[in-house]
Amino acid sequence: MMDSSEAVFDGLKDAGIDLIVSVPCVNLSKILNMIDEDEDIIHIPVTREEEGIGICAGAYLGGKKPAILMQNSGLGNSINALKSLTELYEMPLLMIMSHRGTEGENICGQVPMGESTPLILEAMDFQFFKPGTPEGAYEDILNAWDLSVEEGKPVSVLLEIKYW
Amino acid sequence: MVRREAIVDIMRCIDDELVVCNIGFPSRELYDIEDRERNFYMIGSMGLASSIGLGLALAKPDEDVVVIDGDGSLLMNMGSLVTVFANNPKNLTWIVIDNGAYGSTGNQDTYAQVLDLVDVARGVGFENSYRFEEVDLKEIIKSDEASFIVYETGPGNSKAPIIDLDPVEIRDRFMDAI
Repeated sequence: MMDSSEAVFDGLKDAGIDLIVSVPCVNLSKILNMIDEDEDIIHIPVTREEEGIGICAGAYLGGKKPAILMQNSGLGNSINALKSLTELYEMPLLMIMSHRGTEGENICGQVPMGESTPLILEAMDFQFFKPGTPEGAYEDILNAWDLSVEEGKPVSVLLEIKYW
Repeated sequence: MVRREAIVDIMRCIDDELVVCNIGFPSRELYDIEDRERNFYMIGSMGLASSIGLGLALAKPDEDVVVIDGDGSLLMNMGSLVTVFANNPKNLTWIVIDNGAYGSTGNQDTYAQVLDLVDVARGVGFENSYRFEEVDLKEIIKSDEASFIVYETGPGNSKAPIIDLDPVEIRDRFMDAI
């Protein structure tokens, strides 16, 4: 069995992702450390997720393959940019989200946004994957990036609490 | 003095730099003044000009990137001052045309009227925070630090037409030109 964080990192590497913006989640901390140690990935922590969507767009214009790592709460902070920048200009973007408020959540404040996250993505007409295992996550990340390039739209990989 | 004249002044110093331009009238006026493949016109996502410029500058360290932003847009994405400063991309020059107004929506006042944006950027840490009239823009663009420049004007829009390029066309020709 692969390690859940290593599977995500390997997926990012093998998808060719070379610029990552992030707002941390406790469940992403190991991956963020691995990204910081990787010399071939530019990592830019951001103050708010929406800003990260702009950075990813600029990086894509400059030839990078961008991804954002964040909690699902960050989706709410990014909605207009994802539509009026990423989708408008038909740019790819891989979104790796720690999906809080799912089965096993112990912080009640995470639940409302957690429950609405898949519905918001559906309403935005953005595709997403929900891997249940590290092997699945690795495959889903590769497929999500390919699909994002093909569609010219953001594609998400939601990592629920039980994934870790 | 209005925004359009500021854009004319800025473009006098632009040769082969990559220019990212703020949404609305700023992009329309730039398109009308000097359309070029190396201009990226924002059609949506108010506030993100400096973020797009940062991503571009980090992805293309050998290109000079100039962002033409506005005071209302800066106020919408103040966190970007922190992120740009902390990353200090040496090839990024961030110009804010400060007309104290939300120009594209009817010139409503912005809070920039009660702020000195040069001081705001200095407060964050930018040592290279200047008023446009104090500096030689070309020298700043070529300098090895990220710079923040405020160009103060009054409010007012010109008759610049709506940009008749498809967003994907703007993207493609920009990427092809890099």
